[in-house]
Amino acid sequence: MKLTVWTYEGPPHVGAMRVATCMKGLHYVLHAPQGDTYADLLFTMIERRNHRPPVTYTTFQARDLGSDTATLFKTACQDAVDRFAPEAIIVGASCTAELIQDDPAGLAETMGLDIPVIPLELPSYSRKENFGADETFYQIVRTLAAPQERTSHVTCNILGPTALGFRARDDIEELTGLLYDLGVSVNVVAPFGATPTDIANLPAAHFNVLLTPETGEAAARWLEKTHGQPFTKIVPIGVGATRDFIAEVATITGLPCQPDESRLRMPWWSRSVDSTYLTGKRVFIFGDGTHVAAHARIARDEMGFEVVGIGCYNREMARPIRALARDYGVDALITDDYLEVEAAIEALSPEMILGTQMERHIGKRLGIPCAVISAPVHVQDFPARYSPQVGFEGANVIFDTLIHPLVMGLEEHLLTMFRDDFEFHDENGPSHHGGPAPRPPQADTPRDISEPKKVETGGDVLVWLADAEKELKKIPFFVRGKARRNTETFATEKGLAEISLETLYEAKAHYAR
Amino acid sequence: MNDLTPPIGGGCRTAPVLKQRGQREVFCGLTGIIWLHRKMQDAFFLVVGSRTCAHLLQSAAGVMIFAEPRFGTAILEETDLAGMADAHTELDREVARLLSRRPDIRQLFLVGSCPSEVIKIDLARAAERLSQVHAPHVRVLNYSGSGIETTFTQGEDACLASMVPVLKDTTARELLLVGALPDVVEDQMLALLGEMGIDNIRLLPARRIDDTTAVGPNTVFALTQPFLGDTHAELERRGARHIAAPFPFGDEGTTAWLQAIATEFGVSDDVFDRVTAAPRARARKAIAQAAEVLRGKSVFFFPDSQLEIPLARFLTRECGMTAIEVGSPYIHDALHGPDLDLLPAGPQISEGQDVDLQLDRARAARPDLTVCGLGLANPLEAEGLTTKWAIELVFTPVHFYEQAGDLAGLFSRPVRRKSLLRMEAAE
Ligand code: SF4
Ligand code: SF4
Repeated sequence: MKLTVWTYEGPPHVGAMRVATCMKGLHYVLHAPQGDTYADLLFTMIERRNHRPPVTYTTFQARDLGSDTATLFKTACQDAVDRFAPEAIIVGASCTAELIQDDPAGLAETMGLDIPVIPLELPSYSRKENFGADETFYQIVRTLAAPQERTSHVTCNILGPTALGFRARDDIEELTGLLYDLGVSVNVVAPFGATPTDIANLPAAHFNVLLTPETGEAAARWLEKTHGQPFTKIVPIGVGATRDFIAEVATITGLPCQPDESRLRMPWWSRSVDSTYLTGKRVFIFGDGTHVAAHARIARDEMGFEVVGIGCYNREMARPIRALARDYGVDALITDDYLEVEAAIEALSPEMILGTQMERHIGKRLGIPCAVISAPVHVQDFPARYSPQVGFEGANVIFDTLIHPLVMGLEEHLLTMFRDDFEFHDENGPSHHGGPAPRPPQADTPRDISEPKKVETGGDVLVWLADAEKELKKIPFFVRGKARRNTETFATEKGLAEISLETLYEAKAHYAR
Repeated sequence: MNDLTPPIGGGCRTAPVLKQRGQREVFCGLTGIIWLHRKMQDAFFLVVGSRTCAHLLQSAAGVMIFAEPRFGTAILEETDLAGMADAHTELDREVARLLSRRPDIRQLFLVGSCPSEVIKIDLARAAERLSQVHAPHVRVLNYSGSGIETTFTQGEDACLASMVPVLKDTTARELLLVGALPDVVEDQMLALLGEMGIDNIRLLPARRIDDTTAVGPNTVFALTQPFLGDTHAELERRGARHIAAPFPFGDEGTTAWLQAIATEFGVSDDVFDRVTAAPRARARKAIAQAAEVLRGKSVFFFPDSQLEIPLARFLTRECGMTAIEVGSPYIHDALHGPDLDLLPAGPQISEGQDVDLQLDRARAARPDLTVCGLGLANPLEAEGLTTKWAIELVFTPVHFYEQAGDLAGLFSRPVRRKSLLRMEAAE
């Protein structure tokens, strides 16, 4: 038993719904109580889908339990097949139905339906949403993929994108364009937009592009093993990763792969002088493993940030993220407990967070700007405009996304120069954002300065003297956390018990870059 | 002047009720935690459930405004499913940890879910045990919010019903007002009744546990929400008497509701009229504005919160709409009867749901406004229907005179928006 308030991932059957909902001609019959129908709103509200998810819930009640929930399942299943006429169905149980052990798979098989019935075994009490999606897609592929000749020209499939995925819609479009540019046409995108017939045709492609390892890797591995299709290991998010991905495609296909980089503006935007202020910004990165890995590279090599911590909530990616953290000389935080994430962020006090909707809320509370780079998603992560993450346009979009929460370069300098003027008061956030500034972090709220503030630093007690504390408050809020920490580290190293104005400036000189 | 004449063609109380059995598209009772925990400021709601339950709460809450809200889910894991003794020890540990971290918590609700009920974790026993351990600082109660037992607003009913047996005894003649209302609405309600000279009033739920509410044979009670059937039964069991009335939505509903209480307490017509005249006039004016948009339009209710019948009465009688179908998850005559009496005959009254068949009826009827859950709203909009999502009706202050205009506005806004937008959807 584990007490949880907010979760990064839903239960595994929600993962199955993400697969079913993004496909066409597939229906999901889910043995579940009525309350589980809440999941429909994830798709109709958050993603603004204009159709109900193709899911029939049996909505059994307590009074059915003693009698015949199995018949209820069969009736619901037959009604769904009659009404929606799908090409294939997937059947499974939610957490509650798993406990009553009706065996939806077995029941559906006895019904003599003339369409493929794909049973799902998704352990609700040990696995989560991403696993559910990955496993569901894998089962669908395994059941439906038909051995066949390769296409005459070089083609690939794009595997992994699902409903509620982070920018899946636009990533598919951008990636399809990029591949076309390289001389590769896309055979099938799956599961997003695919029909069961399309799934059958997956083996016609020469290779697979694994766009979303979280939800497509099991299928990609199976296709490699069974149908001899190699799959790409690099997810093309960021300039460097996109170029590496192109090289990977060249190796697999033997094509020359000369991409058109004329639309790639990101490297110049990052080199131009207004971006100087980005240098060494301390960022904390958290999300799903794939996006975190991509953004760590972007942050360090393409934005010139300092990565102070990375982590992911999906344990399936713990290994690669730990390895990556070692490369970056930071600790990896593998957890799905947002309180732990919040504590880590508070301790590191980064100047910016690259995270999920969870970290956005954490950032709001701590007064730290946050750019959302990964699922879990909310309605604002489904913009009307085209905004992919992959490929060259994706790199441009990411540059904009990462600087949006920050104060712009020139503006930051003005803020420092005029920090005592009221227009540049701390509480004014970036000028391109309306409304009040984020609340300053807890540690920085004005406190009674008559009593010097004490900080515990592993046994030693540091005291901030009033004048130093006052001066610290004059420092713009977005660099104040760093200044405070640097000063404290400096004082501890020097064995000081008190921080005076002098100490503050000595520390500043010490850390000046 | 308080013209509550039943409709000429008769009401809907005896109309045949359509009952279909199929997929129900409604939330479970856990959802009530979202508003109950805001209302009871010293209460914590601990769901004993699965990842699905936690995800439902998160999705229904929509926003993660609170770092540590006063609710959470103790997620059952594979080890808990193995043996019962285990689950109780684990629960004790989680509760102890929680209460030591949150000394502000004075009442703890253990909320049952489908998984906890299917594997038969006895939360009543757990509540008793934990009450003893943590008394007197914390009172521990339990109720079911599970989807196999409860629908959406029934969660509040189950919660309040669980509190009735532990209310103190009294022989005083008191008025007990039952139902969780936003504080601002509750204050208006108390002010109106106070001006009529009724002030021996208790509230269920009270804002904090220390506000001791009592009940006994001389207690009369009125419900402010139409979904409190079990609480109603529990209160009668304690000897209290129900004042039946239409629910306080709109000018007419509010007046009828207040009138029933005023009559019970012998308030004179003069006093009643003096107290209600000004807010009634304001309510009428505010409703009239929204009603301009709604008059002559048709409305179709999918079952959701059990507010459907009183709201249909409000929309038909005060906003000039015609009801095509009024669906409610459950219909209790003792609660909904007075509103059904006033609802003009004509609409199909339905209880429970087969969502696919009901969607077929809605599509055929093409109502001007469809009141439905969040899962159906956008798909129906995409088919050209105009919708109002029902969940807003329980999250927004809509009771009594001062909110009557806002209530009408919730329905008129989507209709007005439809007429304002001048563009075809892209193909
Ligand atoms: S329906 Fe049951 S399992 Fe589903 S969220 Fe509600 S209580 Fe939990
Ligand atoms: S902050 Fe925006 S995206 Fe998040 S819940 Fe509120 S409206 Fe939705």
